[in-house]
Amino acid sequence: MDLSLTTRQEGDHTVVVVGGEIDVYTAPKLREQLIDLVSAGSYHLVVDMEGVEFLDSTGLGVLVGGLKRVRAHDGSLRLVCTQERILKIFRITGLTKVFPIHASVEEALSASD
Amino acid sequence: MSTVELRFAALPGHVRTARRIAMAVARRAGVPTGVLDEIGIAVGEACLRAVNVNRRRAPENLVEVQMTGVDGTFTVAVADSGEPGDDVAPGPDGGLLGAPALLDLGTGDARPAGDPLTALPGDQEPGAAGSALPPGIGLALIEGLVDDVQIRRRPDGVGTVVTMTWDTATFVGSGLEGDMATAGNPAH
Repeated sequence: MDLSLTTRQEGDHTVVVVGGEIDVYTAPKLREQLIDLVSAGSYHLVVDMEGVEFLDSTGLGVLVGGLKRVRAHDGSLRLVCTQERILKIFRITGLTKVFPIHASVEEALSASD
Repeated sequence: MSTVELRFAALPGHVRTARRIAMAVARRAGVPTGVLDEIGIAVGEACLRAVNVNRRRAPENLVEVQMTGVDGTFTVAVADSGEPGDDVAPGPDGGLLGAPALLDLGTGDARPAGDPLTALPGDQEPGAAGSALPPGIGLALIEGLVDDVQIRRRPDGVGTVVTMTWDTATFVGSGLEGDMATAGNPAH
C-alpha cells in the first residue's frame, strides 16, 4: 500500500493523517507535506499514525526533520499511535524521548493546551 | 532446506520489493504473521543500508540477499560492496552502538538534562536517501529488533554481510496462539 496523506485544521493545530507505508520510497512525500505546512505557517502539528502499516528509519528521519522545523518556530509536533509494532520502533531508537506520543488525536490536542 | 536468492541494483526503490519478497519467503518458511513485520523492517533496513553503501562505493554493483529456511530457523543475509565499517557504528563493548547512543539522546549519565532533539541532525541535506538520522541507525534498529545479528566481511574481502537469524521453531507456538485468538474473535 502506498502512502496516504490528509490534513485538517483543529483550532491552531494541523492534524496530518498518515496511512500506508512510510519507507524510503514514500518518505519524501511526507517530508514535502511537513515542509509545506511549516512554510504555510502551521507550526503546531499532530501526526496521526494509526493508519500507518510500516515505518522504517527513513520515516523516522522525516519525522525528526519535521520536529526540528516546527521547533525552529516554537511549534510542536505530536504523534498519535497505539500500534505496538510502530511504537516498538520509537522505543528501540529512543525517540520516545523526543516525540510526545498520544493514544488519540483528542488527547494530543488537549495535551498541547 | 529452501533458499531464495535475490540480487538487485542499488536503487532505493528496490528496497520495498526486497522487503516484500523476504516477508513472502518467511511466510512460506512457516514464520507466523506476527513476526513477519519485524522481519520486514529488519530486512528493509539491511537492504537500505546496503543500497546506500553501494551507491557511495560501487554504484554498479548489485545488492545481494540470501534467504534460507532450514531446521526451524529463517536466515537472511544482505551483502554490500563497501569498505570495512561502512555505515556501522561500533559501540564501546565491541558490539554495535545502540540507537539512543547513536542519536546522542543521552542515557542519563553522559548527557546533561537538555533537549535531546538538538543532538539530531536536520534533514535538509540530501544525504543518505534524505535521512535525518545518522547512517548507522539502520543497523542499530536491526540490532534492537533481531536477537541474532552478525556483521562480517564478505568471504572475498569486498563488502559487508549482515546476517539475521530468526528461530522459527519458537515462533510456531506463539503463531498458533495468535491464530487461535484470531479464530476466536468473530470480528476478524
